[in-house]
Amino acid sequence: MYAFEIERPSTIGDAASALGHDGAQALGGGQTLIPTLKQRLAAPEKLISLTAIPEMQGVCIGDAGEVCIGGATTHATVARETAKSYPALSGLASHIGDPAVRNRGTIGGSLANNDPSACYPAAALGSGATIVTNTRKIAADDYFQGMFTTALEPGEIITEVRFPVPQKANYQKFVQPASRFALVGVFVAKYADGVRVAVTGASEDGVFRWDAAEAALSRDFSAAAIEGLTASATNLISDLHGTPAYRAHLIKVLTKRAVMAAA
Amino acid sequence: MTQVSMTVNGKAVSGDVEGRTLLVDFLRGGLHLTGTHVGCDTSQCGACVVHVNGIAVKSCTMFASEAAGAEVRTIEGMANKDGSLSVIQAAFQEHHGLQCGFCTPGMVMSAAALLKENPKPTEHEVRAYLEGNICRCTGYHNIVKAIMAASGQDVAAIAAE
Repeated sequence: MYAFEIERPSTIGDAASALGHDGAQALGGGQTLIPTLKQRLAAPEKLISLTAIPEMQGVCIGDAGEVCIGGATTHATVARETAKSYPALSGLASHIGDPAVRNRGTIGGSLANNDPSACYPAAALGSGATIVTNTRKIAADDYFQGMFTTALEPGEIITEVRFPVPQKANYQKFVQPASRFALVGVFVAKYADGVRVAVTGASEDGVFRWDAAEAALSRDFSAAAIEGLTASATNLISDLHGTPAYRAHLIKVLTKRAVMAAA
Repeated sequence: MTQVSMTVNGKAVSGDVEGRTLLVDFLRGGLHLTGTHVGCDTSQCGACVVHVNGIAVKSCTMFASEAAGAEVRTIEGMANKDGSLSVIQAAFQEHHGLQCGFCTPGMVMSAAALLKENPKPTEHEVRAYLEGNICRCTGYHNIVKAIMAASGQDVAAIAAE
């Protein structure tokens, strides 16, 4: 690693001002950033740790019944504390990485990084979540802007993520066993006003919604409803783990499994 | 360099670290607690697992300065006060839960974290919890058996002989 300093502010305000300096970079749980620094793929002058800020920790229920999660909340805490309020989200969080990674990695860090194979982007987009930052609220539909690209401005901090709770939901992840990321993952959520289907791990553009499946499932929430559909392989990821056609096939299989498992 | 202070295995310690100093490097290089191993240095293998405030973490993927003020426990702090092996350590010995021993510190620390939150895990739960701990001798069967035995369960029918 190149040399850098670390600051650990205890308020969002202090963190925001520290991030206003050139060469400053936010540090969440570090489960992606630290390996990146080890490979010298990033060279920040100063890391601003967001894990010592009490107001960015924990899970609560908002006024509209939505599940509100502090940006620096670890995957392990989300898994534990949303088990009753949003089981599909809890299930997703409980299968990210491995136990020690879940004890450090944070929801805000995952969403800010927007890895094309990460799990949380599928939950946020599939739930129509709201990404709350220190300056504004961003709808998930506007937030994800391509592989490793988001609507966040430099220095902007994800302080909270708000998930409307669906009637039924499920996340199906086809694990790439070496990395423990999703080779393909599909999050299906049924709300009173329609169904959302978000796909991660598959596209060169990062997480995306499968519109045709959403329309079909909104009419009839059953695996049979999407039997006649084919997920497009255009612009899907091609690597040694799978071809675009293979990933397209997985999208449909996992969507059907998610619908059948949704509770 | 900044000074960092924490409690390691019940003892107050402090030392000078750089921002980039990893917790594992502070433990091994600064405190000479070399029981915690660096296997992969890419947070895959789990040989470096320690407990920070009672929670299992990969000490190769956390900065020393992030553990400031924390209670850290390493493999050196796992034996009983009289120096005898703890229940988990004794079970690893009894059931031959190690071959070359390189992964063992991380396996023991992960096992302790698992049994703290789930005192009677099933074999499947043990295997799932060890997802982030890799044994390149592939000695998993006896590791799983040792952890099941440490939880007080009958292991006669567990895993392959």
